[in-house]
Amino acid sequence: MEGFAALYIFMLAAFTGYEVISRVPVILHTPLMSGSNFVHGVVLVGAMVALGQAQTPLEQAIGFIAVFLGAANAAGGYVVTERMLAMFRSKKGTK
Amino acid sequence: MNAKILINTSYFVVALLFILGLKGMSSPVTARRGIIWSGVGMALATLVTFAWPGMGNYALMVSALTIGGGLSWWSGKVVRMTDMPQMVALYNGMGGGAAAAIAAIELAKGETHVPVVAALATLGGLIGTLSFSGSLVAFAKLQGIMRKAFRLPAQNAMNMILAALTILSGTGIVASSPATTLQILIFFALALALGAVITMPIGGADMPVVISLFNALTGLAVGFEGYVLNNPALIIAGIVVGSAGTLLTQLMARAMNRPLTNILFKPITGEAKTGGPGIAGRLKEVSSLDAASMLLYAQKVIIVPGYGMAVGQAQHKVKEMSELLEEAGVKVKFAIHPVAGRMPGHMNVLLAEAGVSYDRIFDLEEINEEFAQTDVALVIGANDVVNPAARTEKASPIYGMPILNADHAHNVIVIKRGKGAGYSGIENALFYADNTRMLYGSAQQVVSEVIKHIKELMA
Repeated sequence: MEGFAALYIFMLAAFTGYEVISRVPVILHTPLMSGSNFVHGVVLVGAMVALGQAQTPLEQAIGFIAVFLGAANAAGGYVVTERMLAMFRSKKGTK
Repeated sequence: MNAKILINTSYFVVALLFILGLKGMSSPVTARRGIIWSGVGMALATLVTFAWPGMGNYALMVSALTIGGGLSWWSGKVVRMTDMPQMVALYNGMGGGAAAAIAAIELAKGETHVPVVAALATLGGLIGTLSFSGSLVAFAKLQGIMRKAFRLPAQNAMNMILAALTILSGTGIVASSPATTLQILIFFALALALGAVITMPIGGADMPVVISLFNALTGLAVGFEGYVLNNPALIIAGIVVGSAGTLLTQLMARAMNRPLTNILFKPITGEAKTGGPGIAGRLKEVSSLDAASMLLYAQKVIIVPGYGMAVGQAQHKVKEMSELLEEAGVKVKFAIHPVAGRMPGHMNVLLAEAGVSYDRIFDLEEINEEFAQTDVALVIGANDVVNPAARTEKASPIYGMPILNADHAHNVIVIKRGKGAGYSGIENALFYADNTRMLYGSAQQVVSEVIKHIKELMA
């Protein structure tokens, strides 16, 4: 990717993040923090590529840690967010 | 070549799913759909990455994925709802650690990078490491492994020196690309220490803001490493979370009327209380029977839950009590301070879990005027968020933070685990007020007793 194209992506993504959550009610602050925590779990993908291209044992070791941590971020983030939001669903039914 | 097209197309879809998912999560109606869309995105991203050309180490990759993902999935499933905040901190720290590890590999490869790439890799590594050690400290504090706010002598000076050293060593890495292993080691060690040292003195009411800040930082680190790896999925997801998290952090800091710089560099401590005028009055204890009758014969009760309710696992009992009172014709409302508990919305989540209906739950702005017409304000394990010193006492470290005006109610009952100052170490004048009665004990046990007495009185 060209340097400048990436810069534009940076800028647009920053505005997108800001706009996407600008109208969030207080009751969703915790689930949303948890949900965004899940989304940056995509670091897992980067970790997989880094490990996949690792050559030396040291790189492999660090890559293994990276994938381990990234997978933990993604899996835990999903489960916790899902559990929080599941409570909102049951609420909707009775209201 | 075809694999590349498949991957790029998939990443495009993934980015779209993430953004739509976050958008969905910002409204209660679509929130659940939002996390599922994001989940589908994550699964797609992970699967398609296996097709990345020129990769090896698949055995290592799969085992790391299974162990890390499996352990974390399991811990997320079994953790109690009340412990959610520290789990978010923990998972967030792991994400930061992953970003830092990617940076470490890229730097350790010993290739010469273009300055921009080297700089972004280093910066992402720094931010990710900060978030990693900082989040782990936050986790340890909330989990109760690390009890007290811990201050080094000359804390701010230490922070500055450590930060300067870290930046210096980071600059060294960028300037001398490829950097030596020793340089890289020193850099990450400094960054680790910095994250821990910054977080250790922060306690109590400030923790939610700090977790949110680290969440945003991890996003940013992921975005930077995405640039280094040339991976648009990482860039978009990382930066979107970085900016959304920053906004969320600002919303919280504003709710507490404490600029972020104060939270990080002027942690709330009890020290200031010695400067201000002493608190007049004394603590007046009340029995659970008296409390039960005060509540039962009130017309209107506002319940103010705080961290103590979460610790005591009392949310179900509190809901049972509120239903009993309503059966008896008492108007019951819940007042939630934006930063009650250890995360914003923490109390909402707990009350939702217990099945308290939304229309009973009110924000600070919605309900604050009503305290003056309320017979009993029942404060359950909340402290700083009802401390009138925030309104009146300029010397108080929490001066200026909007609080729930529980002290305006005709009577106040405070359920509290023990005497003495709360988590932040600040004395609370509300507890000494003439119209305040203290009910000591763990929230669950005390509320159970109150329920028992209410039932007796109603029979």
